Amino acid sequence: MYAFTYHKAGSVAEAASLAAKHDDGKLLAGGMTLLPTMKQRLAQPSDIIDMGKLDDLRGIEVKDGVVAIKAMTRHVAVATSAEVMKALPALAELAAGIGDPAVRNRGTIGGSVANNDPAADYPAACLALGATIHTNKRAVKADDFFIGLFETALEQGEIITSISFPVPDKANYQKFRNPASRYAIVGVFVAKKGGDVRVAVTGAGDGGVFRQKDFEAALAKDFSAKAIENIKQAEKGLNSDIHADAEYRAHLIGVMARRAVAAAK
Amino acid sequence: MPKVSMTVNGAAVSGDVDSRTLLVQFLRETLRLTGTHVGCDTSQCGCCVVHVNGDAVKSCTALAMSLEGADVRTIEGLANGDQLHPMQEAFRENHGLQCGFCTPGMIMTSVEMVKRKGFNLDEKTIREELEGNLCRCTGYHNIVKAIAAGAQAMGAKA
Repeated sequence: MYAFTYHKAGSVAEAASLAAKHDDGKLLAGGMTLLPTMKQRLAQPSDIIDMGKLDDLRGIEVKDGVVAIKAMTRHVAVATSAEVMKALPALAELAAGIGDPAVRNRGTIGGSVANNDPAADYPAACLALGATIHTNKRAVKADDFFIGLFETALEQGEIITSISFPVPDKANYQKFRNPASRYAIVGVFVAKKGGDVRVAVTGAGDGGVFRQKDFEAALAKDFSAKAIENIKQAEKGLNSDIHADAEYRAHLIGVMARRAVAAAK
Repeated sequence: MPKVSMTVNGAAVSGDVDSRTLLVQFLRETLRLTGTHVGCDTSQCGCCVVHVNGDAVKSCTALAMSLEGADVRTIEGLANGDQLHPMQEAFRENHGLQCGFCTPGMIMTSVEMVKRKGFNLDEKTIREELEGNLCRCTGYHNIVKAIAAGAQAMGAKA
């Protein structure tokens, strides 16, 4: 790890002003991605602004058909929240499938969403559920938030404070894990709310998480696995690597989407 | 050099650290508590698992500075004097180890598993919960048996 100057933020405002002041600084949430990246010397932040003590950024509220999760809420809290399990079980299950128990004890929803790793789980939930990402400055719709690989609409000094998920009628997330790293080779989140169906795919796209609109249109007419059986996912724009080529990923997107539709509740 | 203070195995400790110092380095190099192991150093293997405020955490992936004021428990803090913790005893009884390198992390993970999942752990739960702990010798069978037995023993003691 390269040397950096460590700051412990006492408030969101302080974290934001430190982040704005240090162009090459990085905000530290749970550290489950940032610290390994720094250890491999793939990142060299000049300053680390630790948000670990911002306890007012932790908490879950389910009210008026919306699940609102504050940014520093750990995965374990989402996975085991009785309220989330009741209102939006697909989200609790997604959280329960991130990393391993020790990772879920540290990793946060805000960190995952802000990092926008192309194989992360939460971005798929945000996109499929039509979530709103609240920051210290504004509210951004998920559709406008995820820009590309590790890239979001967040500006320097802008910090995610909470994410609100409208509760759908039905939803489910299915992930095909890399057998070694356990990250998603393909993950598909399907959500139905009234006549609107949204399908978000993580792990596969060369630009990160994306919506599968052909599936969405077919599922809006007939919400069944059969409805998307014959829709071919294009290979263009999908990752090809040592773990899975684009053809295989395209195939898996269909399989995971059909499983998610069948399991949606 | 910045200074960090925390409670480790019930004792107040502090030390001067570089801002880069990881919790596992603070434990092993500053405090000389070498029971916590570094296996992969990439948060995969779980050999470095300790408890931070009661939660299992990979100490290779946490900055010591972040844990100012935390209550940390390591494998050295589990036994009561000469009397092994029930989970340690269960690993011994069930031969839940071969080379022993992963064992401190396995045991710390197991104790926290019992805290979250209760004293009656079935094989499926144990195997799922061990996702973040790798053992390159045993094939896991005896580890799984040891954890089930250790959880029962912790229940009998509670």
